[in-house]
Amino acid sequence: MADVYARLDDVTLMYGDRVILKNCSLDVVKGAITCIIGLSGAGKSTIVRLLDGLRKPDFGHVYIGTADICHMPEAHLNDVRRHISLSFQFAALLDSLTVGDNVALPLRERTQMTDAEIRKTVEDALDSVGLAHTYDSMPSELSGGMLKRAGFARAIVTKPDLVLYDEPTTGLDPIVTHLITDTIVRLRQKLDGTAVVISHDLQSIYMMADYVAMLFEGAIIAYGTVDEIRKSSNPIVQQFIQGSEVGPIPI
Amino acid sequence: MKMLDRFGRATIDFFEYTGGIVTLAGASGSFLLRLRIRFVETISQCYFLGVQSISIVILTSLFTGMVISLESAVQAVQFGVGTLVGGAVTFASVRELGPMLTAVVVAGRVGAAIAAEIGSMVVTEQIEALTSMGLEVPRFLVLPRLLALVIMLPLLTVFADVVSIAGGMWIAQTYAHISTATFLASARQAVGFEDVLKGLVKSVVFACIIALVGAYQGLRTRGGAAGVGNSTTGAVVLSIIMIFISNFIMSFALFGTH
Repeated sequence: MADVYARLDDVTLMYGDRVILKNCSLDVVKGAITCIIGLSGAGKSTIVRLLDGLRKPDFGHVYIGTADICHMPEAHLNDVRRHISLSFQFAALLDSLTVGDNVALPLRERTQMTDAEIRKTVEDALDSVGLAHTYDSMPSELSGGMLKRAGFARAIVTKPDLVLYDEPTTGLDPIVTHLITDTIVRLRQKLDGTAVVISHDLQSIYMMADYVAMLFEGAIIAYGTVDEIRKSSNPIVQQFIQGSEVGPIPI
Repeated sequence: MKMLDRFGRATIDFFEYTGGIVTLAGASGSFLLRLRIRFVETISQCYFLGVQSISIVILTSLFTGMVISLESAVQAVQFGVGTLVGGAVTFASVRELGPMLTAVVVAGRVGAAIAAEIGSMVVTEQIEALTSMGLEVPRFLVLPRLLALVIMLPLLTVFADVVSIAGGMWIAQTYAHISTATFLASARQAVGFEDVLKGLVKSVVFACIIALVGAYQGLRTRGGAAGVGNSTTGAVVLSIIMIFISNFIMSFALFGTH
């Protein structure tokens, strides 16, 4: 049995009367890339927010290591978050700061590093995503793909154990998608950590995933390696990966 | 039954909103007490929220002082009490109009800006990003704006008081031929340093209202551009209503016995 870094245990989450996740359980294997696939609006992004403590489930538990983060005081949760980073779908860089200052922000606020050390670490992080030349640029000057990579740089600059990527390839052309996918794999190897990737892009998932989980109607209905998912006998999984309009998934 | 239901919901909303503002104030205050302040950001907010509001504050207070003088000077001269015009203008400016009009003008400009900026950050996930990095939003965003306004609004109020009195004095001199010396003598007789201080106490309370309501409205933003618009409008309207209500309460408490 592989080591588990994070776990959703029988989680139910509702927005008002709408059930987003229902008795959802998922193990995030340590040192692996786990990709979560599913229809738009299925609740995939909610899962990464639960793992980061940004959302609390109505029922069930979320574990990081052995710690249940659902009932933790915010100060303790912030300590746990030092080991986790979330890369947002639209990067969510602060538009009042330069790219360099954005990436430096977690170091400035959460470490005792000197300005020179921070500068060096930020330059290394930007270099590792191919954006060394953008240190003094404003986020508004970057393209969509560059913004996402700048978001990656901010996510990895503190060398977290777990990086959560929320739809990193959505809306990008195939070449940039390939570049982003390759960057995620390289960063995981560099950090020797764990990653969770939310994506619709099956080609990217086949390239990077160690494990794939499919979310449907609020629950994980299939989980396994890429090969296991591709060969799954579940008609919902097959309809999804074939992109067919015909099948049990209501359109 | 529907009436009761609506009343119940409105009551819950009211207490939820008030509780939210108090919680935000408490969280910001606790960082202030622990001196966990972002000084550079606070200074830059002083410039944006305070210094950049000077021109609009000067304009409104100048014309307010002039109009009070215009209206009172004619009447006063007709009744043979032109020597009281300086006192009337200064009294109204220092105790009421200076602090309140400055706060209303700043609420329109700055309260809207705070709500719009923080609201945009909510809808573009920047607030979630800050939380995700383990950064406390009250310390990072709210406290610098709150401190900047608490420092700058009293200063703007002093500016407004001076400009308003000067405008009133100019109109009294040119329109009702009341000399500067007469105007100033009357002003000194009518208003003491204590009145100026009480006016400044009001402006500190107004500063807290503008910053906290603006920030809280911004943080409550839901949806996209329309949500930001609603938050911004809500911040201005609520701030101004709360300024008027608290002004009455403070006037009653500070000046009511005299």
